[in-house]
Amino acid sequence: MGKTFINGIGCVSAQDTVNGFPSEFIIDPSTNYLEIVKPDYKDYFSPIASRRMAKGVKNGIVASTVAMKEAGNESPDAIITGTGMGCIEDSDKFLKAIIDNKEEFLTPTSFIQSTHNTVASTIAINLGCKAYNFTYVNGAVSFESALYDAKLQLDADEAHSVLIGGVEEMTEYTKSLFKLAGFIKPDDSGPHNILEADTKATVFSEGATFFMLEDERKDSTYAEILDVEIVNKLTPEEAAEHAEAFIRRNNLTLHEIDAVVLGYNGDSEFDGYFKAVAKNFDFAPQMYYKHVSGEYNTASAFGLYVGANILKSQQIPSDLKANDESRPAYRNMLLYNQYRGLDHSFTLISV
Amino acid sequence: MEALKQELKEKIIAVLNLEDITPADIANDAPLFGEGLSLDSIDALELIVLLDKDYGIKLTDPKEGKAIFQSIDTMADYVTTHRTK
Amino acid sequence: MNKGVAITGMGIISAIGNNVEENFHALTSGQKGISPTDNIDTVHKGEIKFGEIKKTNAELIVELGLPPDNNFSRTALLGTLAAKQAVENAGISDVNSYRTGLVNSTSVGGMDTTENHYYEYFEKPETVKYIAAHDGGDVSQKIAEELGLQGFVTTISTACSSAANAIMLGARMIKAGKLDRVIVGGTDALAKFTINGFKTLMILTDSYNTPFDNDRKGLNLGEAAAFLVLESDAVVEKEGKKVLARVIGYANANDAYHQTASSENGEGATLAMKKAFEVAGISPEEIDYINMHGTATPNNDLSEGRAVLRVYEGKNVPDFSSTKAFTGHTLAAAAAIEAVYSVLAIQNGVVFPNLNFKTRMNEFDLLPQTEIKHKNIDKVLSNSFGFGGNCSTVIFSKD
Repeated sequence: MGKTFINGIGCVSAQDTVNGFPSEFIIDPSTNYLEIVKPDYKDYFSPIASRRMAKGVKNGIVASTVAMKEAGNESPDAIITGTGMGCIEDSDKFLKAIIDNKEEFLTPTSFIQSTHNTVASTIAINLGCKAYNFTYVNGAVSFESALYDAKLQLDADEAHSVLIGGVEEMTEYTKSLFKLAGFIKPDDSGPHNILEADTKATVFSEGATFFMLEDERKDSTYAEILDVEIVNKLTPEEAAEHAEAFIRRNNLTLHEIDAVVLGYNGDSEFDGYFKAVAKNFDFAPQMYYKHVSGEYNTASAFGLYVGANILKSQQIPSDLKANDESRPAYRNMLLYNQYRGLDHSFTLISV
Repeated sequence: MEALKQELKEKIIAVLNLEDITPADIANDAPLFGEGLSLDSIDALELIVLLDKDYGIKLTDPKEGKAIFQSIDTMADYVTTHRTK
Repeated sequence: MNKGVAITGMGIISAIGNNVEENFHALTSGQKGISPTDNIDTVHKGEIKFGEIKKTNAELIVELGLPPDNNFSRTALLGTLAAKQAVENAGISDVNSYRTGLVNSTSVGGMDTTENHYYEYFEKPETVKYIAAHDGGDVSQKIAEELGLQGFVTTISTACSSAANAIMLGARMIKAGKLDRVIVGGTDALAKFTINGFKTLMILTDSYNTPFDNDRKGLNLGEAAAFLVLESDAVVEKEGKKVLARVIGYANANDAYHQTASSENGEGATLAMKKAFEVAGISPEEIDYINMHGTATPNNDLSEGRAVLRVYEGKNVPDFSSTKAFTGHTLAAAAAIEAVYSVLAIQNGVVFPNLNFKTRMNEFDLLPQTEIKHKNIDKVLSNSFGFGGNCSTVIFSKD
């Protein structure tokens, strides 16, 4: 059975992550929306080439380019992306045009670009890559679905390298709808404590994180993906039991887990999930990241980026620590995420 | 005619989001598709809507665009003879 | 030959019927489901026709027994209906008695509700519940919830090839032993968003779509949902399940050519078909019927036809037809409904007619099967292609 190694990562986020894993993070508890640190797009494509690209597509191209470059592989056997909301900049644009112009004088570009698989197909067209090309759109497990699919192929030796990524973009209008629906915390309601939440809803953002997965260890290897599991719906108690069973199924004991990365997002209504899972690992160093990345459907890809970097550097940045535990060495790591009680993912990685 | 050509160039740059390109970069007789600006079939559909919206010219078959959008010269000629607004 | 994965249940709702039997009856009696829209308030009402399901959302809600305060999009309503049929058809009473997953697919998700309420959300508090119903994942969560399913749930969105990819993932998961049972398929409701989108691409016909005809003018948009239940051989054996047919081959390839158009020579489609034969472990001559993607756009039918000719170079092309003249192009659901049609073709030994065909295309010598044809059918190949150069092929076989 083939193995799965993370051999390259590219990340566009609310942090300066395009140029490598930051040693320090920007933390702003006052805001309910974290703006991304924009890459210098001209380093990656010409203005003509990007004339139809919305922000998410641009970020996806940048992140995937960085990931492939780091792994020294520009011809993956499969390209798989995940995006919960899809290309909403163009989808908002086209929908507004339909309503505002009463279905007249519409142009195709934003419709074409609004398709959920725009990022994956743009990468394929740019690379001339005729291989398997999938896009998953299942809320907070969109990225994990891509990871799951990639691992299925690498396990079965159907592929030797798979480019996967999670991409999310936000628009002003969708932001206003998310505030109305109670998904984003109200304006001027901070400061927000993501770890010890006392209010509902979350601090949002957007981003793109890509990984080049290969079946061989090499110099650029960050970590090995041991397993990933997806469950649509659980109670907090079931989530905790699931985490345990997941680890045992991988022939590990709870105490062999050296660090846990949790998707705390500052939503008091659903925080119980993370607390329930965390409880079984009170002996292990625990980390959180959505105070630096913000919440979005594929924020867990940022979580994997954090976890992989920690395994590679064997250092946990103090900004990301959720407790005071530490270990001399970090070998096995569990990542857990959910969003609003749905879309639970358990990921196990190792050095 | 020259004013119309300038206007068309500005409109093309705007609707096709051609950042970094100025009207001066587009020669009147240079091909818009294939070489030159290297526009493609999606751009052609955008230009068809531009003709409809701004000049009241309705094309029903995308293939008609091929001859009309050869260059700024051909486009300006077509607009001059067919415009309804 | 690869033994493949067993299909033990199917469910469908489309413009030509509210269940499997009604769809089969329409296909074999030549009744197309293309009509002016009754349910959608679009300015294009008079000029274009659709493969519309005539049930209203209110009727679907009653049929599914949903509470009045539900926030189901039409896409979710159709999907739930078809998925429930499939599970029932497979004789499943406790959906969680085995490791069961759901792999759904959709292209627009809850766009039908979003476009109706887009500017109202701030004025009408009763519409706010639909904000959460917009994304594709919400559709799948709702279907899973209505089936009482707890487990692996995901959604694929690769435009018009989506459901083929859902079938493929499901089959791969069963083969890898990750699941014992998986419900796979897709759902898409008509929406002004897609109607206007395809209109801007100038690929909608103003009449009835005519696949593989020289004078074809474009597609009719449709809406539908369909699901298959796939089960491992261990479950089939233990439960003494009846196997309807098997998924023996599948592949996805990318044209890597253009964001919407297919390449002139059908490169991606050719690759998908060839790889699917490899996975199935069969040769192209073993196919008895090809259910084409056949959207009746000038570009698709030319590209797909050339791809089929490349795959069958020096050989006879099997009987083929596109069923889109019956149903319209149902986007993400297309490959799911056509999977049901492929199984029906195998079960009943029938090639469904390619309606509305008059004139052979100038570019090649390919004639679709225009009349219903009865013969033994062991294997069916079904093509589905989507925006972004996404090309998928699934091969079905008699058990």
